[in-house]
Amino acid sequence: MMRLKDFPVDECLLQGNAACPGCPATIGLRLVLKALGKKTIMVVPACCTSVIESLYPHTSFDIPVMNIAFEAAAAGASGVEASLRQQGRTDITVVAWAGDGGTYDIGLQALSGALERGTNFIYICYNNQIYSNTGIQRSGATPYAAWTTTTVGGKNELRKEMGDIILAHHIPYAAQTCISYPEDVFSKVTKAKNIKGPKYIEILAPCPPGWRFSMDKTVEMGRMAVDSGAWALWECENDKMIFNGKSKLILEKKIQRKPVEDWIKYQGRFGHLFRPQRDEKRLKAIEEYVDSLWDRYRKCYLGK
Amino acid sequence: MQCQSNYHGTRGGEEKLTIMIDTGNRIAAKAAIMAKPEVVAAYPITPQTTLVEAIAEYVARGEYKGEFICVESEHSAMCACIGASAAGSRTFTATSSHGLLLMHEMLHWAALARLPVVMCNINRVIGPGWNIWTDENDSISQRDTGWIQFYCSSNQEIFDTVIQSFKLAEHEKIVLPVMINLNAFILSHTSMPAEIPEQRVVDEFLGKHIAHWKSDIDNPTTFGNIIGPAYYYKVRRAMQQSHLRAKKLIPQIAKDWKKSSGYFHGDLLEYYKCEGAEDILLSMGAIGAESKIAINELQNEGQKIGLARVRVLRPFPTEEIIKLGKQANLIVIDRNISVGLEGVLFNEVKAALFGTSDIKATGFIAGLGGKDVTYKDIKSMCRKAIQGTSKAQEWYAMED
Repeated sequence: MMRLKDFPVDECLLQGNAACPGCPATIGLRLVLKALGKKTIMVVPACCTSVIESLYPHTSFDIPVMNIAFEAAAAGASGVEASLRQQGRTDITVVAWAGDGGTYDIGLQALSGALERGTNFIYICYNNQIYSNTGIQRSGATPYAAWTTTTVGGKNELRKEMGDIILAHHIPYAAQTCISYPEDVFSKVTKAKNIKGPKYIEILAPCPPGWRFSMDKTVEMGRMAVDSGAWALWECENDKMIFNGKSKLILEKKIQRKPVEDWIKYQGRFGHLFRPQRDEKRLKAIEEYVDSLWDRYRKCYLGK
Repeated sequence: MQCQSNYHGTRGGEEKLTIMIDTGNRIAAKAAIMAKPEVVAAYPITPQTTLVEAIAEYVARGEYKGEFICVESEHSAMCACIGASAAGSRTFTATSSHGLLLMHEMLHWAALARLPVVMCNINRVIGPGWNIWTDENDSISQRDTGWIQFYCSSNQEIFDTVIQSFKLAEHEKIVLPVMINLNAFILSHTSMPAEIPEQRVVDEFLGKHIAHWKSDIDNPTTFGNIIGPAYYYKVRRAMQQSHLRAKKLIPQIAKDWKKSSGYFHGDLLEYYKCEGAEDILLSMGAIGAESKIAINELQNEGQKIGLARVRVLRPFPTEEIIKLGKQANLIVIDRNISVGLEGVLFNEVKAALFGTSDIKATGFIAGLGGKDVTYKDIKSMCRKAIQGTSKAQEWYAMED
């Protein structure tokens, strides 16, 4: 695994972009583009990144970026990839970079189609668990009990298990990571770049204004998500599943996951579970859900 | 067809020609393949399916060497064409009815992105209820998307128009997507002969695809990020200017095509026996072809009537309509309706005439839902209009 100090110094995401302070998407973009390099064409549907790009005629990207409609990232990337193949430009990496709304919800059909067709591209979902560009509405990735502007008392439903949906396509490479683990992100994107066929990587991206935490805590928020087991780091190459870092230790029960409460108590979106009094019922349900998630992981990937 | 139109030339020279007797869909596919698009992305829908199947056969026989992406929806078909076109490739797709409607968002996108995608649309009824026969509400409802729109009336015209559309779409003064419309079954599934030139003729006519902008790693640009009102205003004006230029370029490109291939399909309207006419019938698509028989018979009966078949709805042939309005009363047959108003061609013809003419314009709605419109029906509509016994806008042969 390449060490952080050895990462390429070149930046494809430039200074002066239009992201919020503490934005996890820019951390992710910097890491991803350091791993992919300049021979990359990025397809971006409606999401925060279409704002981060800045206002025409300026741009904060030093690679070609093609914006496309919300539900269209994977289909648009299919076209780019087909065109490059005809041009003999197999040296160029095509990457779709979409948020969780554009992936879990409106873009799911196009994504599934592109994976099934064996499209040679990397689809990256930066997951901040909300529609943040439109101002914090619930998505299929929003966790149970979280406040959003469309789940005012907290979301009643569990989040969708996108990983399971992706793995059902049996693509050559799929992974989950988090912006708080730059070496893990870099290594997974580099691996994906060197594999032919469809690749899917999902990056947890804690969003300060969306999750209601201080903008200097972005990286910590991601680490706490992994420590609590609410988010898992894994990669699946040719149907062989490997858990990474602390997630591996949690899976093998070499360490105990921390309570999810230790993570969510720092996020204003869960504030209604603690104030004016503790909502024991929902707090218990959250812990039970994460336990059941790991029970299922162990059953599927450890055979117990 | 009984009538002969002096509109058609005959292919001359010593070129080797093949007569292909086949359906409109398969002739459209032949034209598309001969244009050598690098990427075709399509999704099946009745009655477009035989067009896509024909392309799949060209792929299987190794006669088409481009990419054929069988996408999971029409929306994705248009997105893939947009992606491929933005990466620098010539692209083609085909759809119909609900497929076209599902593409709606991306039709706007392709036009605003100035991507020269070429598409055949088979004009079919919109549900509910399910009905696969022809009417033109599908493409009519897309007329504000910025696409250039052709309406064909024979298989030869389909072939020539598809080839010419690539030239037009990719022309440096246009750079816009083009939609070629053909009526379900009446054209899509009816075999008619079409003369097919040698591949070399098409290659020389079209040349290699040159992208006027593309996503390029050697010149990285961001396309489609946030744009302020002032720039966006200019984007819209530029589209309008290209459409206005297309009015001159469509006939010019067709003349060039005639030089190399022999056939001329290229005026914004096809005029048939309009000389000295006191009444002129305006229609589109297959009704336009059927109208020729009606015109022949009406002329034999002593009526001074001609036909102007609208081939191009966008850009709208305003100047030509004004000329017609100075010559004759106009009778318009629409196989579509803008519900709450009237037939779209009728409405737009009258708008074009505003302030320039005081002639009488009569409109008929006919053939919706695939209801047959024969030359006898057309004659009957014309007679009613000439006698002045029809309403200003009449639903022809509507049984209460």
